[in-house]
Amino acid sequence: MKAIYLAAVLFPLFGSVLAGLWGNKLGRKNSHRVTILGVGVAFAMSLLTLNHHVFGGAASFDETLYQWATIGNLTIEVGFLVDNLTAIMMCVVTSVSLMVHIYTIGYMEHDPGYQRFFSYISLFTFSMLMLVMSNNFMQLFFGWEAVGLVSYLLIGFWHTKPSAIFANMKAFLVNRVGDFGFLLGIAVVLLYFGSLHYAEVFAGLETQKETTMPLFGNDISIFTVACILLFIGAMGKSAQVPLHVWLPDSMEGPTPISALIHAATMVTAGIFMVARMSPMFELSETALSFVMIIGATTALFMGLLGIIQNDIKRVIAYSTLSQLGYMTVALGVSAYSAAIFHLMTHAFFKALLFLGAGSVIIAMHHKQDIWEMGGLWKKMPITWITSLLGTLALIGFPFFAGFYSKDAIIEATKASHIFGHQYAYWAVLLGVFITSFYSFRLYFVVFHGKPRMDEETLSHVHETPWVVTLPLVLLAIPSVIIGALSIDSMLFGGVLAEAIHVDHHHDVLHHLKEHFHDWKSFALHGFQTVPFYLAAAGFLTAFALYGINVNIGRSFGEKLKNMPVGKQLYALLDNKYGFDSFNQNVLSKGAVIIGHELWQKIDATIIDGFLVNGTSKLIGAVSAIVRKLQTGLLYHYAFAMIVGLVLALSWLLIN
Amino acid sequence: MTLSAYLMLSAILFCIAVAGIFINRKNLIVLLMCIELMLLAVNFNFIAFSRFMGDMSGQIFVFFILTVAAAEAAIGLAILVVLFRNRRSINVGELNEMKG
Repeated sequence: MKAIYLAAVLFPLFGSVLAGLWGNKLGRKNSHRVTILGVGVAFAMSLLTLNHHVFGGAASFDETLYQWATIGNLTIEVGFLVDNLTAIMMCVVTSVSLMVHIYTIGYMEHDPGYQRFFSYISLFTFSMLMLVMSNNFMQLFFGWEAVGLVSYLLIGFWHTKPSAIFANMKAFLVNRVGDFGFLLGIAVVLLYFGSLHYAEVFAGLETQKETTMPLFGNDISIFTVACILLFIGAMGKSAQVPLHVWLPDSMEGPTPISALIHAATMVTAGIFMVARMSPMFELSETALSFVMIIGATTALFMGLLGIIQNDIKRVIAYSTLSQLGYMTVALGVSAYSAAIFHLMTHAFFKALLFLGAGSVIIAMHHKQDIWEMGGLWKKMPITWITSLLGTLALIGFPFFAGFYSKDAIIEATKASHIFGHQYAYWAVLLGVFITSFYSFRLYFVVFHGKPRMDEETLSHVHETPWVVTLPLVLLAIPSVIIGALSIDSMLFGGVLAEAIHVDHHHDVLHHLKEHFHDWKSFALHGFQTVPFYLAAAGFLTAFALYGINVNIGRSFGEKLKNMPVGKQLYALLDNKYGFDSFNQNVLSKGAVIIGHELWQKIDATIIDGFLVNGTSKLIGAVSAIVRKLQTGLLYHYAFAMIVGLVLALSWLLIN
Repeated sequence: MTLSAYLMLSAILFCIAVAGIFINRKNLIVLLMCIELMLLAVNFNFIAFSRFMGDMSGQIFVFFILTVAAAEAAIGLAILVVLFRNRRSINVGELNEMKG
């Protein structure tokens, strides 16, 4: 099996290197062929792995392949830990990646950076596989940083666009904050367990259960400290409040990577990481509460922002934030398998929605304002149908993939008893209504109503080529059926039992299991639950405002903006709760002011003025006096010598 | 004759030489002569001690020193000639190139 795992990781890397270094020689066609071949092999190997572990029931594989460095007692190694969790992640990553590779042929058709783009996305697949297959913290961190780097490169892919450069710098800096926490978390683990190897750390958990460390004058459990620090890393990568600010701006990048990196895979790395560390998180209820409250805040408040966005990609970006919040809530209430389940279903339907949006963008000649679209359903039937399926999956309509995972999360939150569970429950519940509302708002405004674009664009709108629609169709299939197929085994069947440890006090999915019979009855029951009514209410609101006539909603929105309370509310949402302006005005400007002051006062005045120039001035002044002794006349020197000699001799004689 | 008489003569010679170096402001040749005189005063000490202590090695050293002094004088005079060619003067008071 080792050869299969290695092939899965290395083929995308080879593809990336070939397309990246020899892209110009290979040409456009061969570049996409070689990278698609690489990712295709990785996908095939992932399917073999899935078959071997999940269906074949093989024991997990944990082996070190290469020793990179030894520093004292610390060895840094490259190794694979492949179990069911890894196998599922590998399949999600490689399948979405493969779809995106194919889709890119159509989307980037006329772009001069074609080969570079393929090289980057293949490199991303390699990095993400390294991350999910790692068996130690150091390799996890390598993958973590590598996907961050590729994300940075791809957000700024159109590097002549100032907004893209701003966005990639922002993403990079915000992720540094998270990564710093992550690194500190790894340091705490290393400090107390003396190892970076997952298996060794988890084996040592029992003995360290009561260990505390002094922090800010209190003794705090090391698990609380380590888990919160690690989760700060996850907040950066998985865009949780308040480190979420980079994700909406990352939409400056090309749409295929918005689908692959900023919706389906990379942003779920944090969710995966927490699930992988579940034995540690289980030991700290404080950390779990923290995770849950952050997740709930993201799920509700970021969803609200989706309502007022006018850019097709940004609406979906905020919905990604909100869905990541749902996953984080699931982690917080110890329903790790529900989080992984939602991660998987979300990867498919969100990639589908993004690629659908990309298809619309191609047809609209790279215009993204939803108010310039409308009535596209007749012109683009495949995009329309697949987007509708994706939307239904997103709002959690029974029988669709998103329904099973989201409903499991909501039920799990209801069953939880840790601090803040009521808040989280209301947040995820309200989130359902909001999700449904903005999803259908987007759907109606883009696909229905009268066309609002100019005559010329309208005459050119047509269905996109097969390389674009094929991935849509291929992603639509799992978006519909994957939930029904896998809910039983993933949530209750113990597929993830080996990888994920849940303390029996926190086992919320256990309650769910008692009422679960099969996927059909679960979905039929779903029609009678509160989330379904909320989703239906969201749909009806969207239909009333935008479905009948788009202008009703528009003028209603305008009216609301001019009312006293509505005005303030709109300003609050339009400013994205002030996170961006806080970062810009307080953190960035503050850093600039501190830097300026340090430069002027410390560097220019004290170091340069006083220490450096002061020393040379002092020496100059002293030597101006001393140089008068240097007459250059021989007899003066001789006299000085004699006087010195006499003094030295007399001193010797006296003593 | 006692040892101290020789030593006093030697000391007087040495002091004359030192005074010559300080006081002489005119001529570089006089300076060289003073240095030679200092060496001779030292030689005088050597010979006196050698004679009164019955050790001949002191007198052998004097021969070496005289040889070295001759070589030094030759080099000194050669430098002096070159100096005169360049500066048209051997006045000590004007040779202050090393002034800081």
